[in-house]
Amino acid sequence: MRNRHIATSLLAASLLIFAAGCKKKPPAPPPPPTPQPTQTTTQKGPAAVIQSFTAEPSTIVRGESSTLRWEVANATEVTIDNGIGAVPARGSRQVSPSSNTTYRMTAKGAGGDAISAVSVAVTTPPPPPPPPPAAKASLSERMAKDVQDVFFDYDKSEVREDARATLQRNADAIKAILNDFPSAVLSIEGHCDERGSAEYNLGLGDRRSTSVKEFLTQIGIPAERVKTISYGKEKPFCTDSNEECWGKNRRAHFVGVQ
Amino acid sequence: MKKTIFAILVSLALLAAAAFSQSQSDIVIKLTGGTKKVIALPDFRGAGATAQFADTFNRTVFDDVQRSGMLNMAAKSFFPLNPPQQEGDLRGAPATACGGRCLADWAGAPVNANYIGFGYLAEQGGQFVAFGHLYNTAVPDVAGAKIFRKLYNAPLTEDGARQAAHQYAADILQQFGVPSLAGTKIYYVSNRSGSKEIWVMDFDGSNQKQLTRFGSITTMPAISSDGRRLAFTTYAKGQPQIMMYSTETGRFIPFRNSQASMNATPSFTPDGQQVLYSSTVSGFAQIYIAGLDGGNPRRLSNSRAIEVEPKVNPKTGTDMVFVSGRGGLQQIYRMNMDGADVERLTTGEGEASNPAWHPEGQHIAFAWTRGFAPGNWNVFIMDAASRETVQLTHGQGRNENPTWAPDGRHLVFSSNRAGGSQIFTMLADGTEVKQLTTQGNNSMPVWAK
Repeated sequence: MRNRHIATSLLAASLLIFAAGCKKKPPAPPPPPTPQPTQTTTQKGPAAVIQSFTAEPSTIVRGESSTLRWEVANATEVTIDNGIGAVPARGSRQVSPSSNTTYRMTAKGAGGDAISAVSVAVTTPPPPPPPPPAAKASLSERMAKDVQDVFFDYDKSEVREDARATLQRNADAIKAILNDFPSAVLSIEGHCDERGSAEYNLGLGDRRSTSVKEFLTQIGIPAERVKTISYGKEKPFCTDSNEECWGKNRRAHFVGVQ
Repeated sequence: MKKTIFAILVSLALLAAAAFSQSQSDIVIKLTGGTKKVIALPDFRGAGATAQFADTFNRTVFDDVQRSGMLNMAAKSFFPLNPPQQEGDLRGAPATACGGRCLADWAGAPVNANYIGFGYLAEQGGQFVAFGHLYNTAVPDVAGAKIFRKLYNAPLTEDGARQAAHQYAADILQQFGVPSLAGTKIYYVSNRSGSKEIWVMDFDGSNQKQLTRFGSITTMPAISSDGRRLAFTTYAKGQPQIMMYSTETGRFIPFRNSQASMNATPSFTPDGQQVLYSSTVSGFAQIYIAGLDGGNPRRLSNSRAIEVEPKVNPKTGTDMVFVSGRGGLQQIYRMNMDGADVERLTTGEGEASNPAWHPEGQHIAFAWTRGFAPGNWNVFIMDAASRETVQLTHGQGRNENPTWAPDGRHLVFSSNRAGGSQIFTMLADGTEVKQLTTQGNNSMPVWAK
């Protein structure tokens, strides 16, 4: 009985060889056996298997984060490098590397270890658009920002010492502004405090604006681009009846007129 | 000093009265007694549709007579209960009181009136009619006591009632030599519309109306002596410029401003044919004169100082007062029409401004800070020849821009005594102060015929 089995096997084998020989090509070798957990289970238990380890997204802009996800089987210990350390067999972790980073996972198992790695590419964020071309300040904004009022003593229209320094500074700003706004004219307003009569103050405001105009034209502001207007006490900046307020109202104020 | 000037004013009224005295000698002679006579003005009652306007009528008559300062008002609480309404109601002098129907009821205590004005209101042909009387309570005979009886017709409206009342009050006051102010107007500046504009109102504050609508700063009105032309200063075209307006047509009249950063504070010559003003055409604000259309401008003053508010003497037409800073703080000066013979009128103390000629050309009213901190203006009167002054307001806020009524007995001015700037009138002795405006801020009044 046993011999008959052997004979049959030999026959089958020879037939197989014959059949193969008939195809002229050697048969594709069988794939190498995958390390089957079962292979070693008999002695050591199963080897660790990393079933998945991904980074999503795999490319980030610096400052953004990417999520690492993994699933490991048969592991006794799973670790990820780059400071993450021990992790559970299945999980996820957000990472925000500041430069290209490869995360290596090591899964240790009784029957063998497994290693896998994912990379997160970090790109530098594109630079922001250049600041919008500095929105051109309007004439009135420039005047308000760069040209300071000057103040006067009661019933006086002479340019005070402190006002001279202010006017020197104003002159530079006024030149620049008149240059940037070729059709603009500088209007110098003369103002007074509430105490003098309204009628006299019209004349006094006119003197104040004229004194300032004379000062500015002497230091290079073109006279043809300057006009004066007296508001007397018709347009006070401050309406309290005390010296602080009166002092604020005794002024020459500058306005750009297109 | 105050008495001196007021005596002059009273004597002016007496002069006017003297002219009238040829027909009304008895009244004038009594006035010269020096003490004020007392008048009783029992309320008129209105029949039919006039009843609703009776309050307005009675209040207007009372105010006009009281504001004249020429009469004392008998207290209404003492009046008999049954005042006369028409001539037939009056009985001859009785032995005992007759409840108001006898003149003796009014002449005696507690009323103690020298005169009684009575009457009633009725509707006739759709018109408002007031039947007004004035009687002298001292004359025993009813017929002889009658001074006048008059009918006053007006539209059947509140304004009509006011018109009739002004006329009746004017007729009463005329008996005492007081010229009537009925029909006179006050031009002024108000910001109640949101910007300073020129407004006009009746002399008692009624009928306030807006004249200009520039939405700018429009101020400093001046009126010609005939009341037909109004000049003012406005920023409507940018810098302060003068504009001219016809009060007859309600239209603007062309006025050519000199090329200057400021043309302002206009006033008229007494003949109404030329305009004086202050202009910066030569630098400092100086006094100029030009034609009514602004043509042929000529410089009158010559100083390196601020000079404003030229006002030509209405009587002489040959000299003017104005405000100048030529000696320091602003003061009032006088000079001839050609700019010669400049003299300072105020003492140099404080600040002085807003000169306004009395119609007779002897006195000016003006604002002065003498004795007070800068900005605290009071109204003064000065005899322009002797330079004697009388102070009419006394530190109740800022009191500015006094100008005379055509009667030469009243002044209108602005004051912030009641909060905000408002317009007041008063007698030239500072009494009978009455507030005319309440809405917004009101200033710079000028009184026109």
